[in-house]
Amino acid sequence: MRDVAIVSFAQAPNRRRELRNEVEILMPVVQEAVARSGIERPFDFTCSGSSDFLQGQPFAFVIALDAAGAWPPIPESHVEMDGAWALYEAWVKIQSGQAETALVYAFGKSSPGDLPEVLATQLDPYVLAPLWPDAVSLAALQARAWMEKTGATARDLAAIAVRSRRDAKSNPNATVSGDAEIEKLLAAPAIADPLRAHDCPPVCDGAAAIVLAAGERARKACARPAWIRGIDHRIEPHSLGARDLSVSVSTQLAGEKAGAGRGAVDVAELHAPFTHQEAILREALGLGEGVRVNPSGGALCANPMMTAGLIRIGEAASRIMDGSARRAVAHATSGPCLQQNLVCVLEGA
Amino acid sequence: MSQDVRDENGVLTAPHVLEYPYRRSVGPVLGRFFTALRDGKLIGVATQQGRVLVPPAEYDPETGAAVADRFVDVGPGGVVTTWSWVPRPRAKQPLGRPFAWALIRLDGADTALLHAVDAGDPSRMRTGLRVVPRWRAERVGHIADIECFTPENA
Repeated sequence: MRDVAIVSFAQAPNRRRELRNEVEILMPVVQEAVARSGIERPFDFTCSGSSDFLQGQPFAFVIALDAAGAWPPIPESHVEMDGAWALYEAWVKIQSGQAETALVYAFGKSSPGDLPEVLATQLDPYVLAPLWPDAVSLAALQARAWMEKTGATARDLAAIAVRSRRDAKSNPNATVSGDAEIEKLLAAPAIADPLRAHDCPPVCDGAAAIVLAAGERARKACARPAWIRGIDHRIEPHSLGARDLSVSVSTQLAGEKAGAGRGAVDVAELHAPFTHQEAILREALGLGEGVRVNPSGGALCANPMMTAGLIRIGEAASRIMDGSARRAVAHATSGPCLQQNLVCVLEGA
Repeated sequence: MSQDVRDENGVLTAPHVLEYPYRRSVGPVLGRFFTALRDGKLIGVATQQGRVLVPPAEYDPETGAAVADRFVDVGPGGVVTTWSWVPRPRAKQPLGRPFAWALIRLDGADTALLHAVDAGDPSRMRTGLRVVPRWRAERVGHIADIECFTPENA
């Protein structure tokens, strides 16, 4: 395996309603990530993650290339997935020897549409999508399955929200942050019983970019590159009733293949848009009490679609690059109820 | 170019219709399932290990192997395996009044089907609740041929 590292990361402030268009949100983010890397364009490879369903236009992602700069012509690819999977594709490209450097970016602007309805269109088109179940209701099915299996309570879930919001106070890009009182949170009515508003992520707009480089190029670009020591992604059946929703077998498998448990983990950034999902993911990855989980506040405090997974990798890499962590695990998810999961293991040496 | 590209304020406008102009076949397995729904029946398909999938699929999600060519009658009743409550239904959802989404394991099935349960109030919902389908009078071979499920002893 070639040594490949994350050498820079940048993200936009995650706002509930961003008035700039996608290219305008993305351009300063890409410029910041590129400038920090010190690598001169063009990159050997560029890969992006986004969803045309958010813009409501086929091939809408092509417009976003204006932010990356596509002239003179560049080798480029796109995934209709979270940018974490675009990073995976770029990593494979570098592993294959066809690139030494890569630019990865992701963006999602959900505010112009009705996100719960848009997300229903990603479901099985025959037996699920025609009923229009919304993403929060589906997550609530999983929350109940997990709570009834483990005996966890609404208070346990609220504690995750309180901790996440407190951590997000030091994250200037978070949409939600602050000192929440657990009793006040629990006094609110359920929006999709058993989930209350604090168990769910804010709908927001955002963008992020990461620069990858191999070997010496990485060492030149960054004093302390975040080396990718393992990366793997797995998927579960699209039929929700064919899965055990109270566990995440695909995360567990991806974590094993990526080698998450092969050493002590200092920090983990888990893409858990709902409170109960953090608990399910911790268990799937075998993360003990000593692991610092989501110091950024996580997706509960900023969940830009198609971007929040790439942000998890960027946040984890930032802890390596600034020297505060030696070994980090980042996770990204896609689909309803943690259907598809990616695990990335990062090390400082 | 048509003349009406500018509105009364002089702003350029253009019609944009987002459509999916393809016809899809539902295939030999879901096709049987939807035909059965039209006839007011529920069926599943057996995997090579003998597990019964409802809704049916062409491949066993556990192994990836093609399912056996064996369809079995299931239901009509079943058991709620997990549920969530919708206090304010959205316009396109199956019921216009508060309802539950539930995963329902039909009698004779090994996997669960998602549908709405018209329970009236969340206090009437619980995991393990027995439910039965409420069929539409006019059925077309669609998942919404089942209007919703209702508690069996309602």
